[in-house]
Amino acid sequence: MASGIKDKVAIIGMGCSQFGERWDVGAEQLLNEAFAEAIADAGIGRAQIGAAWYGSAMEKSVGNSAIPLSTALRLEGIPVTRVENMCATGTEALRGAVYAVACGAVDIALAIGAEKLKDTGYGGLPSISKGTLNDLWMPYCSAPAGFAQLAAGYRAKYGVSKEDLKRAIGRVSWKSHQNGAKNPKAHLRKPVDMETILKAPIIAEPLGVFDCCGVSDGAACAIVTTPELARALGKQELVTVKALQLSTSSGREWGLSDWDGSYVQNTRNAARAAYREAGIKDPRRELSALEVHDCFSITELVTMEDLGVSQDGRAWQDVLDGVFDADGKIPCQIDGGLKCFGHPIGASGLRMVYEHYLQLQGRAGARQLADPQLGLSHNLGGVPYNGVCAISIVGVEGR
Amino acid sequence: MLADETFCVVACDPEFEENSVANDTPIGIKSFGAYVPRRRLQRAAIAAAHQWAFPALKALGKGERSMCSWDEDVVTMAVEAARDCLKGREADPIAELTLASTTAPYADLNNAVLVAAALRLPAATSAADAGGSTRAGLTAVIRACHTSCAADCLLIASEKRSARPGSVQELQYGCGAGALVVGHGEGLIATYLGAETVSVPFISTFRAAGEDFDYGWEERWIRDEGAAKIVPTAVKRLLERVQRGAADVALFGVAGGPPGVGTLLGKLAGVVADRVLPDLQGSVGDTGAAHSVLLLVAALERAKPGDLIVIVSFAQGCEVVAFEMSAPATSHRGATRHRGLAGSLAERIEESAYLKFLSFEGHVALDWGMRAETDSKTALTQLYRSSDQILGFVGGQCRQCEAVQFPRMPACVKCGAIDSQRPFALADQPAAVATYTADWLMYTPAPPLYVGLVQFAVGARLLMEIVDVGLQGIEVGTPLNMVFRIKERDRARHFDRYFWKASPLLTPGET
Repeated sequence: MASGIKDKVAIIGMGCSQFGERWDVGAEQLLNEAFAEAIADAGIGRAQIGAAWYGSAMEKSVGNSAIPLSTALRLEGIPVTRVENMCATGTEALRGAVYAVACGAVDIALAIGAEKLKDTGYGGLPSISKGTLNDLWMPYCSAPAGFAQLAAGYRAKYGVSKEDLKRAIGRVSWKSHQNGAKNPKAHLRKPVDMETILKAPIIAEPLGVFDCCGVSDGAACAIVTTPELARALGKQELVTVKALQLSTSSGREWGLSDWDGSYVQNTRNAARAAYREAGIKDPRRELSALEVHDCFSITELVTMEDLGVSQDGRAWQDVLDGVFDADGKIPCQIDGGLKCFGHPIGASGLRMVYEHYLQLQGRAGARQLADPQLGLSHNLGGVPYNGVCAISIVGVEGR
Repeated sequence: MLADETFCVVACDPEFEENSVANDTPIGIKSFGAYVPRRRLQRAAIAAAHQWAFPALKALGKGERSMCSWDEDVVTMAVEAARDCLKGREADPIAELTLASTTAPYADLNNAVLVAAALRLPAATSAADAGGSTRAGLTAVIRACHTSCAADCLLIASEKRSARPGSVQELQYGCGAGALVVGHGEGLIATYLGAETVSVPFISTFRAAGEDFDYGWEERWIRDEGAAKIVPTAVKRLLERVQRGAADVALFGVAGGPPGVGTLLGKLAGVVADRVLPDLQGSVGDTGAAHSVLLLVAALERAKPGDLIVIVSFAQGCEVVAFEMSAPATSHRGATRHRGLAGSLAERIEESAYLKFLSFEGHVALDWGMRAETDSKTALTQLYRSSDQILGFVGGQCRQCEAVQFPRMPACVKCGAIDSQRPFALADQPAAVATYTADWLMYTPAPPLYVGLVQFAVGARLLMEIVDVGLQGIEVGTPLNMVFRIKERDRARHFDRYFWKASPLLTPGET
C-alpha cells in the first residue's frame, strides 16, 4: 500500500514573475524573474540544485526539450526534464521535483513553469494539431467552447434556468476581479461590476468575455527538499506537500453515454485520491483556501461540486451566496485566479501553490487570509470530457 | 440545318434495344433520391446588392435559389442524394457507381471513389466520374439503362454551379444532386422505354478547363434557334420509336436552356400544357448536370402507374429519355422515409445575406484573422489507413463488452480489450445532442461554430460539429442526422478533408 507524499517534501523557496502582457520580455526573462525570487527565498546557491523539471505547454512559445530552461538559467551538468500535460503542466513539473526528492534521488530539486503566450499576435490560445488521426475527425473548437458545454449539461441536469446560471457564473468572475485588484502581480487588477460582466460579448454560449480567463505571459517556480534538509538550512514552520494527484481521461466521458455533462470526472478522481493522501475527511470544513482552474467561470462553478465543497446541483447557489468570496466560508481564487492573476499555462499550477505558500507563511499582504491551514490547488487541462486534472494540497508541517 | 443526319447520333443500338426492352428482363429505375442544400438564397437579396450597377436584375429577383454552405460540394451533395436513394435497400449490391458533374472538386482523383467510400460500397464497385457537359447527368442515366450488367447501377448527378457576381447566371443557377438506382428485373418503379440523342455543336454556354465561370450566348438565340428546333424533333422521334403519342406524355421535364423553355418545348412537342413539370427555377435554380435527374425524380414522385415520363437535357444538342411508371414510388420503398426532392424542398433555411453567399462561394475573401492561418495538411497515409472510419463513419463494436464507439482505437473505450472491435457504421444511426455550445472564437467560415457531444442511441458518443442549425436552435436532446461534409479546406494544397457532421432535424417549412 503506497504511503503517499504527505509531509515527505518541503517547499523552501518560491518565486513568481509579474503576470500579464509582458511585451518587453521573452520566456528567458520570465524564467529568470521567478527563479531569482525563489532562490533568494530558499537562501541557497544555484549549484545546490540537483535536478530540475521544466513545464511548458506550448512549444511555439519557448521551443521544445528542456534545453531552453537549462540555457536560460545556466544550469550546468544536472538532469533537466521538460514536461507537458496541457494546463496541468505546472503541477506536473512540481510532481517531478517532489517525487525526485521523496525517493532520495536528489537533495534539492527545482520545479519551474513558464509560458510566453503573447507572441502569437492575437488573444486566446493558438490551435494545435491533435495528431494525424484526430485531425481528420475531431472538430477544432476553442477552449471556451470545450468548457461552455458544461453549462448545457449542468442546466439540463439540475433544471437551472439560463438566466440563473448566467448570473452565477458572472458572480464567479465578479469575485475574482475583486480579489485580483489586491494582487500586485496579477494581470488584471480592475474590479468589474456585474452588469458589465453579464452584458459582455459572447465568446462561446453562454460564456462572455468576462467568463474567460486572461491569456498571460508569466513564470512560477518552487524549490523543494526534504523536511530534514530544510531544517538544516534553518527553515522553520515548514510548508510541506500534503498531496499531489493526477487523473487523465481514458476517453469514456466523450466515447460512451454515462457522462451527463454536468461535472468533470477527472477532478472527482484526483480529489478523492488527494483527500485520501492528505488525510482530509471533510473538505468543506478542512480546506482553508482554494486555487482552482477557473479558465472559464462555469469551470470554477462545477469544480466546487467536483471537489466536494458544494453539494451536487448547489454550487450555483453557493456562488451567489458568497461562499467563495474573500470573506466567505472557503475563499476561492484569493489571488485573482486564472481569471485575473492570469494563465501562462506552464506556470499556472506553480502560481497556485505560490499563493498558498505565501498565505501559509502570512506573507500575502493586502489579501492575507486569517489563519490558513490547508490550501488546495487544481488544474484542468484539455476539455471537461477529455483532459487531465492535477490537484496539489499544501499545508504547514505537523498541522 | 438541325438534327441533320450527319450530326445525329442515336445512342441506342436498335439491335440492343430489341434485346433488352423486348425481352423478359426490362430495365429501369428501382430507387431514387435527392438532395438540395438547406440554405435558400433569396433572389431579391442578390438583385438588391447589385441594384447600383445592374438595376435590370431586379426583374429576376423573384423566388429563391439553393446555396451550398462552405462545407458542401459536388461530392458531399452526391453522398447525401445517394444515401436518400439507397435507404432501405442496403442489402442489395451496387455494381457500378457513376458520378456525373461538371463541377466535381478534383480534376485528377476519382471523385466517385470518395462518394463510394462515404456510402461504404464494397471496394469491388466500379466507380467512375462523368462530365464534360451539363447533359452528362441524363447521358449517364441512358447509358446505365443500356447496360448488360446483371447487378444494379447507382447514378448520381451533382452540381455546384458557380457564377460571376452580378451575372444573370448568379440568379439562375443553383446546386443540388439527384440519385437513381438502375437495374434489371424485379422491383422496377419505372421501366425504361428508350432514348434519343442529338449531338450538335450548338454552344449556348461553355467553360474552359480551369476557368471558374461559364460564358453564355444570348438567351433568345438559345431558345429560338437552339432548344425550339433541336428538342421537339428529338422528342417526336423518340415517341414514334416507342410507339406513343405526344398526348400520352403524362410528365414532361426539360433541363438546360433559359427559364420557362420547358413550357415552350412541351407546346412544340405537342405535350398537354399542364403536364410540363415545374422547372425548379423558383425554388432551386438551374443545377446543370443534376437538373435532368432532379426533374426525373420530381416526375417519379408524382407519377401514377402507367404514366409516360419524358425528360430532356438540352446542351450541345440534347438527350431525351422515356420511362413508363410501373409501380407507385412508394411500393418498393416500403415504410422507409425518403427525403426525395419534395422533402428536400421542404427542408429549407431562408438566407438573405448576400455577402455570406459570396464568402461561401469564395468570391470575396473576408479577413478571418490569424486563427484562420492554421495549416490543414492531411496525412494521406493516415487518411488511407483510417478511410472507413473517416469517409464511411465506421466506428467499432467491442466483441467482448458490445460497446459501440468512435473512433475505433486499438483498445475498447469501455472494457479495454485490445483488437476486439468489429466495424460498426454510425452514419445512419439515430442520435441527439448531449452537450453543445456556439463558439464565436474559433475560426469557421460559417460562424458560430456549433459543436457538442453527439449521443448515438446505440451508445457511441463523440464530439461533432453541428451544422445547418435553423432559427429554432438546438438544446440537449435535439435529434440529429449525420451528414457528409468538408471538415477543413487546405488552402495551400487544395486537398479538402471530408468527415461527417451532425445536423438537427428541421421542422418542415422552418425558415
